[in-house]
Amino acid sequence: MSDTTRDSAPAAADGGLPVESTPQPLPAHPTARGAFGVSGSGDTSGFGGLVARVANPATLPAGTPRPFGGFFDGVVDRLDALVEGAVEKVVVDRGELTVFVRRERLLGVVAALRDDPDLRFEMCLGVSGVHYPDETGRELHAVYPMLSLTHNRRLRLEVAVPDADPHLPSIVSVYPSNNWHERETWDFFGLVFDGHPALTRIEMPDDWPGHPQRKDYPLGGIPVEYKGATIPPPDERRTYR
Amino acid sequence: MADTQQAGAALGAEDVTLTAGVRGTTEGPVYTVSGQDWDSLTAEIVGNERVVVNMGPQHPSTHGVLRLVLELDGETVTEARAGVGYLHTGIEKNMEYRTWTQGVTFCTRMDYLSPFFNETAYVLGVEKLLGITDEVPERATVIRVLLMELNRISSHLVALATGGMEIGALTVMTIGFREREVLLHLFEALTGLRMNHAFVRPGGVAQDLPADGLDKVREAVAWLKQHLPEYEAFCNENPIFKGRTVGIGYLDLAGCMALGMTGPVLRATGMPWDLRKTQPYCGYETYDFDVPTWDTADSYGRFRVRVAEMWESLRIVEQCVQRLEQPGPVMVADKKIAWPAQLAIGSDGMGNSLDHIRHIMGESMEALIHHFKLVTEGFRVPAGQVYSAVESPRGELGVHLVSDGGTRPWRAHFRDPSFNNLQAVPAMCEGGQVADVIVAVAGIDPVMGGVDR
Repeated sequence: MSDTTRDSAPAAADGGLPVESTPQPLPAHPTARGAFGVSGSGDTSGFGGLVARVANPATLPAGTPRPFGGFFDGVVDRLDALVEGAVEKVVVDRGELTVFVRRERLLGVVAALRDDPDLRFEMCLGVSGVHYPDETGRELHAVYPMLSLTHNRRLRLEVAVPDADPHLPSIVSVYPSNNWHERETWDFFGLVFDGHPALTRIEMPDDWPGHPQRKDYPLGGIPVEYKGATIPPPDERRTYR
Repeated sequence: MADTQQAGAALGAEDVTLTAGVRGTTEGPVYTVSGQDWDSLTAEIVGNERVVVNMGPQHPSTHGVLRLVLELDGETVTEARAGVGYLHTGIEKNMEYRTWTQGVTFCTRMDYLSPFFNETAYVLGVEKLLGITDEVPERATVIRVLLMELNRISSHLVALATGGMEIGALTVMTIGFREREVLLHLFEALTGLRMNHAFVRPGGVAQDLPADGLDKVREAVAWLKQHLPEYEAFCNENPIFKGRTVGIGYLDLAGCMALGMTGPVLRATGMPWDLRKTQPYCGYETYDFDVPTWDTADSYGRFRVRVAEMWESLRIVEQCVQRLEQPGPVMVADKKIAWPAQLAIGSDGMGNSLDHIRHIMGESMEALIHHFKLVTEGFRVPAGQVYSAVESPRGELGVHLVSDGGTRPWRAHFRDPSFNNLQAVPAMCEGGQVADVIVAVAGIDPVMGGVDR
């Protein structure tokens, strides 16, 4: 291991989390022009001036009102009782329960999820980062799929942090299985998991600049010429939405 | 000086006292061993038994480009670390720039030994996002189950074959690849490709089985029934095999839970956790099969679980063949999702059927527009996120999909079981012999394509 390996492990600026983050107002819906979402080439459809609201997966659907149905109510109630003020919002969509958790309470929440006999989510199946550049103040999301073998249940935890302060606590102390997953999410999204035993890159080379799966990171590629025509690389082709 | 020595070693030069290259670093001398020069190295470092060995990434018995950093005290492993990332191809990022249908072509290449599981896990997620899970035709689901179970056998065969080869059981390797070849031929007959099929598509499967497809499956099943007992005969009570695997790579249930282990490693601890039983998908609750377990939590138990699972998969395959005797649609009826063209064999190979070409070019302008829009743009998927999981040969293969309502995934993340399970290498290997590292890793059966994606 070279010295650069150790240097690339980030540390929290002040060694810890901000005490309390002020709740951010939900952003306005992002908009798109035209009926066909064409960009990069002329829109000859005649709808080019149309301004359309675009669904944002982070804000849609908004919090689901009770009752959630099934075991969802019981789990959320229990979690509320065990860790005060942890649950930011609950979304029930397509039969899946997503609990948005404030980052200051994340460690308490996962410890309760693992240890409480009524919850008993023995396994955390990793963490997946998602980047929503349009969601001001909540650009980076960390999504934790949880699995309970005892009760045969699934649940999703979601933590949103601002791009300017991408810190959230590492849950490796509670779920050792998340060690590599958190390294992967740091590698690809730049989410800093404070308290991780060795937060280094895992997929990209140690000295790689940037975090490749963020939306502002280009896919890359070169134009390909074939029989006189030039095909642009995938991230520069016409897109539809 | 040091550079000269290293260059000399690389060229196989005259320095007979130390053929291994050496260079100084801040952490001590680093030796480059290139084969048949271990004796010169041990002569050099006599008195200092602590050696850090870098095994891989290019090493035949690390199952691809896995790098193991082993700290050795004599023959004992005191510390083991796994390094991954050598096969990262950016599949998740690439999928964000293709339509939902094209995504199948990417994710099938992740865990290259179990392509049908990658495809099905992804496609189940897309269908859940679309809300069409219940509209997928029965026949398409049965074809998926058939392919997945055949794939489970072929994947386990590679696990047994390479695992056997690594401990010197070469016959297990040769017969393992012989049987796998039968299955790959079958996949080619059914889907057109031996690997990387991209056959399972959102809404169903790419096309129906060929006319003689079921007969070919029956032939393969008969072949496997004849030859699978050989593995048990070769290994189950073989004293050398047992000597190498019993008690090796031990990881009990508590360790499995802490490290998020699933699949044969978990079932070898006696825990009958199999998503096909506990959280059925693709109609697995309607099939008659058992979940094999073992109670030794070691590499031998994992071997026994895998062999028993192949037999259970054969049972499911036979039930699938029965159900597939009735014809039916293999793609969802919704024309806004189903690929418009049907494939057919033409004079220049497989392609869009001439009937369809005639229809869109000669009969219906609307059909042409529809075809064009669906193929170039793709279909829109309502905004939201889902997690869908299948029981792959190596454990829980989870897919986290996020849609922003557009024609491309906003985010596709795969929780590959190999990636997670490789974290158990230190727990399984530390304190054991260096030769047992190989056996422990073979028991995990990691596939680096899935690990690095």
